[in-house]
Amino acid sequence: MAEEAPKPEKLAQVDYRPPGRDWRDPAVELRKGTFCYSAAPKHLEYLGLPNPRPWQPSDADWKLPADWKQIILAGMKDRLERFRSFRLFMDICVRCGACADKCHFYIGSGDPKNMPVLRAELMRSVYRRYFTAAGRLLGPLAGGRELTEDVVKEWFYYFYQCTECRRCSVFCPFGIDTAEVTMMGRELLTLVGCNINWILEPVANSYRTGNHLGIQPHALKDSLDFAVGELEEMTGIRVEAPIGKKGAEILYVIPSAETFGTPHYYTLLGSLLLFHAIGLDYTFSAYASEGGNFGLFTSHEMMKRLNAKIYAEARRLGVKWILGGECGHMWRVVHQYMDTMNGPADFLEEPVSPVTGTRFEHARSTKMVHICEFTADLIRNGKLRLDPSRNDHWSATFHDSCNPARSMGLIEEPRFILRSVMNRFHEMPENTIKERTFCCGSGSGLGTDENFEMRMRGGLPRANAVRHVRDRFGVNLVACVCAIDKATLPPLLEYWVPGVSVAGVHELVGNALVVEGEKERTTDLRGEPTGAGARAAETPAHE
Amino acid sequence: MNVLGSLAVASLLAGLGFVGGQAAGLRPVFGTLIPYAAFVTFLLGVSYRILVWMRSPVPFRIPTTCGQQKSLPWIKSSRLENPSSTLGVIGRMALEIGLFRSLFRDTRVELREGPRLAYGEARLLWLGALLFHWSLLFVVLRHLRFFLEPVPAVVNVLASVDSFFQVGAPGLYVTDVVLTGALGYLLLRRLVNPQVRYISLFADYFALFLLLGIAVSGILMRYVVRIDTVAAKQLALGLVTFSPVLPEKVGPLFFVHLFLLSVLAAYFPFSKLMHMGGVFLSPTRNLANTSRMRRHINPWNSPVKVHTYEEWEDEFRDKIKAAGLPLEKE
Repeated sequence: MAEEAPKPEKLAQVDYRPPGRDWRDPAVELRKGTFCYSAAPKHLEYLGLPNPRPWQPSDADWKLPADWKQIILAGMKDRLERFRSFRLFMDICVRCGACADKCHFYIGSGDPKNMPVLRAELMRSVYRRYFTAAGRLLGPLAGGRELTEDVVKEWFYYFYQCTECRRCSVFCPFGIDTAEVTMMGRELLTLVGCNINWILEPVANSYRTGNHLGIQPHALKDSLDFAVGELEEMTGIRVEAPIGKKGAEILYVIPSAETFGTPHYYTLLGSLLLFHAIGLDYTFSAYASEGGNFGLFTSHEMMKRLNAKIYAEARRLGVKWILGGECGHMWRVVHQYMDTMNGPADFLEEPVSPVTGTRFEHARSTKMVHICEFTADLIRNGKLRLDPSRNDHWSATFHDSCNPARSMGLIEEPRFILRSVMNRFHEMPENTIKERTFCCGSGSGLGTDENFEMRMRGGLPRANAVRHVRDRFGVNLVACVCAIDKATLPPLLEYWVPGVSVAGVHELVGNALVVEGEKERTTDLRGEPTGAGARAAETPAHE
Repeated sequence: MNVLGSLAVASLLAGLGFVGGQAAGLRPVFGTLIPYAAFVTFLLGVSYRILVWMRSPVPFRIPTTCGQQKSLPWIKSSRLENPSSTLGVIGRMALEIGLFRSLFRDTRVELREGPRLAYGEARLLWLGALLFHWSLLFVVLRHLRFFLEPVPAVVNVLASVDSFFQVGAPGLYVTDVVLTGALGYLLLRRLVNPQVRYISLFADYFALFLLLGIAVSGILMRYVVRIDTVAAKQLALGLVTFSPVLPEKVGPLFFVHLFLLSVLAAYFPFSKLMHMGGVFLSPTRNLANTSRMRRHINPWNSPVKVHTYEEWEDEFRDKIKAAGLPLEKE
């Protein structure tokens, strides 16, 4: 992977001049490092998806089903009738180009088909040809384009080169959301069996075991036990991490990466410590052991299939409401889809913080609260003893994850927490945060090693903004609330901005939290010495 | 190709209008039949397109949130950029439709040595688009004086405000200048900016050339060639009162104007110009961000196959038991 990838200096030479070739020519060059491998047939079979077969995008023959064209066109018709967003976004674009340089993949690659407008035109041109009177009559003159196998390959390349981050839709005068178009594109590709493994494997695992990595119940128990042990070593406090405890007040759903990945794991430690400190009556679940939902990156139906477990488990365990951990796309699903798809959650109660009594009225129907909303409320009500100096070895910035920012508006809660638990916090430039935040470049299931070059390209704008605050303020930590960020920002920053680490917000909460009965804390939750100067060596001088 | 082709088609259409206005036999066709047909096409076409959009449901509540959500009472939520009430949505839509709020956010990014990405303000497109649309609205409203008798006071006020600068006689309308200038800018931008030029289709230039043709022919009639406005009004009134007349005094230029307008009206429902209606329906903008407050109903919420708890427990029973975790069935 990284060894073969071009050097940053070379990657930063981006040519934005459009090629001479007309964009309606669908031929794509599948260059190594810029696309994802196909999904293994066993995952398609397990999930009951069409056309399982061994194939690779680099093959000349993709072994599409014989009637692939009819399947795709019928699928398009069906979706045009089911989604107003899709139909509307096919019709109303004026190609003003305001979205062009808002896409991180366009900024990082200069490939004109990564301009959101053109990415959507790849689909629109086919729509016009087959679904509008003018296109059927006049063809190319009306902007129509034949659906060919090459177009399918082009769709695969570019719809798996969009992270569904919705940044372009912030700038579009009609609110056209490329994520909607990409989602439809991926659904259509799924109909003919063109999936990528980095999405379908977690989907299949999640469907079977309950989580992305296929961790089985006993292994989950081991991981949590290990975390409890480590936490005791560091703090002298033995916390509880119950799994499947019936009658608990709250079901806590996290991205499963927190139980095995770093730096995610430190976020788990932080939240375990927090729940102990406030005496929360909660439980994990092994059946619903994944908040993340790669179904979102496959199809609306798949999203629903995976998401169903959360309410089912809440009902079975008899909890009052659900608390959700730090995960970006999980929150897109929870916030914008869950209640509609798998609700109504009338068997749960309107969420009330057992510590502060605050009613989370904004979540009264879905009955699921974001851990940052929960913790911000605790801090605001003075329920936590915090020693921000325990984070003095960090100088942090906050990376807004795409989905919480643009599909929810979770902007001030994590900032309030960070300012409460640490002394050194600096914002990145205004054009790169909040609703204008840049994707890590690896979201929506594209974070795989074989896609390394494209990830580095797509992550350039984010990394560049981090570099700005590193050089200007000595920032050495990017805090975030997304499991994909925690997995993919470290290699991205290593590539573009060495010396900057990544942490979850609740890792920093855990560091600062003063818990009754704790022993003297000499290390942070990473087991590293705390205090100002501890990481000075990593902080570069001002440029 | 797209540029020259659309220019050629638009010019051809203008020429057709000119011929239609000169040949006595064609005048009823171009002065009555085509405008009526175009108007009917416009009305039916636009209604049909909107109906088709409305027929597709909005299965999920998917607003693009551009500000702080309404969550905890002490965190100030962004009522317009992330509305949580109908009033907020109306405000957001009003800003979007009246002032092009989202386009106002436009920036330009530049990759400099380092690499260093620099973001600059880019408000020219916003300004050009805003000026074009607003002046077009003014011009259309001003034209009501040709279709209404007596002319409503509002229209006269509008006209006098528009000719505020009192340059020349007849008074120069500011909106005429702005409209043409803005259209010129939008066209120039398409031609000069390599990215925008690359994405532009025949239809993009065609709409601009049509609009320019209509604007320029109108301006010529008012300031240069001077047509008989009384006669023009007779014709217009005749059309709206369904008693069409074709006064001899309206010259061929008027027919160019009328014919291009007819083409635009008939073309409108089949083109990207439908963004005028579509923007009102955009689900990323016209929905309140209340997904967790109120359940949004999906009319086709289709059943799916799920992996039930019972199936899951059956599959992992031994492991769950060995780990000492609770089971439903021992």
